[in-house]
Amino acid sequence: MGEMEELRKEMENLKDQITAARKTFQDSTLQEAAAGVTVVGRVQLKTRKTLRGHLAKIYAMHWGTDSTLCVSASQDGKLIVWDTITTNKVNAIPLKSSWVMTCAYAPSGNLVACGGLDNMCSIYNLKGKDGNVKVMRELAAHTGYLSCCRFLSDTEIITSSGDCTCVLWDIETGTQKTVFAGHQGDAMSLGVSPDFKYFISGACDFTAKLWDIREAECRQTFGGHESDINAIGFFPNGNAVITGSDDATCKLYDLRADQELLTYQDSSIMCGVTSLAPSKSGRLLLAGHDDFNVNIWDMLKAERVGVLAGHDNRVSCIGVSSDGMACCTGSWDSFLKIWN
Amino acid sequence: MSGSSSIVAMKKVVQQLRLEAGINRVKVSQAAADLQQFCLEHAQQDPLLCGMATSTNPFRPQKVCSFL
Repeated sequence: MGEMEELRKEMENLKDQITAARKTFQDSTLQEAAAGVTVVGRVQLKTRKTLRGHLAKIYAMHWGTDSTLCVSASQDGKLIVWDTITTNKVNAIPLKSSWVMTCAYAPSGNLVACGGLDNMCSIYNLKGKDGNVKVMRELAAHTGYLSCCRFLSDTEIITSSGDCTCVLWDIETGTQKTVFAGHQGDAMSLGVSPDFKYFISGACDFTAKLWDIREAECRQTFGGHESDINAIGFFPNGNAVITGSDDATCKLYDLRADQELLTYQDSSIMCGVTSLAPSKSGRLLLAGHDDFNVNIWDMLKAERVGVLAGHDNRVSCIGVSSDGMACCTGSWDSFLKIWN
Repeated sequence: MSGSSSIVAMKKVVQQLRLEAGINRVKVSQAAADLQQFCLEHAQQDPLLCGMATSTNPFRPQKVCSFL
């Protein structure tokens, strides 16, 4: 009993230490630093393409690195690879389990992955010899739903799960290389750093964590949200993290200052954030909400500068292509839209 | 025994907090200035921010060709 009490005291001391350390480095705010910057003018993006074909809610989408192809996952039990310029379906892959919650495109363009309530991450080879797309691997070990997955390469993928852990997998052997444990709630979303050395995870414990992939440890934990974090992404230079939460706000955390810099919120926005993506320069933050809209924020000034209204149901996923040319939104209305 | 396993779990929490407490930090003024600089430096290469001419937009509405 005595040891537990001592450990609890030490835990509280360390938490206070972290709070104090962060305060000492808080010599200014991003508001002050950006005081001289003019707010971005009104951003009005138009729907350029509507991708029709799914027969049920779309839960996830991910751009390929060529900025032309993208993959989407729907609870109609299909993964569709789209050519976003022609709107043609390049592949329509039937899934074993229709309860899919996430999908990912490998940087090489050779593989796609998906998973959901089956607790597994299934890897599909798009470039098989006979032209048929088949399951290449089924990564099974999570004891909870698969909420998100992102490829590091054709041989490694990271997953986040309702079992509160994230896992780095060896795709060839189908085994877990590293289990990243620490979240006290379902891990809902993950993002990989531009240099592929780190990843961030957002969870139902209201925190975001930064993980060192090779050292296999959590480096930093960020709090402040008042509800589940559903979406997370890196600022384009890899030095900051953006989160989106059921508390209807997004937050910007700087990794080097180890603290929150800004909160993106408006009293008129009362619906949870489901998804987010920064524009190529990081200046714009696009956030999808439960209220069918996407809000566009000036990330430096924390002012809303635009809205994308075009879906007839919740926006469940969003992504900006690598060349920054377009934003893709996916919705429970079964459509994907390309905007710019 | 649940008692000792919760002590093991607590030791891990404390160890993790020690790690997080000990990281090197940078002043917010510096971090904020760097973020701002990145945004401004890359603004011109951000098509969603700057807009683009129809001729350079890969998603531009397709013109309809008709045979004369």
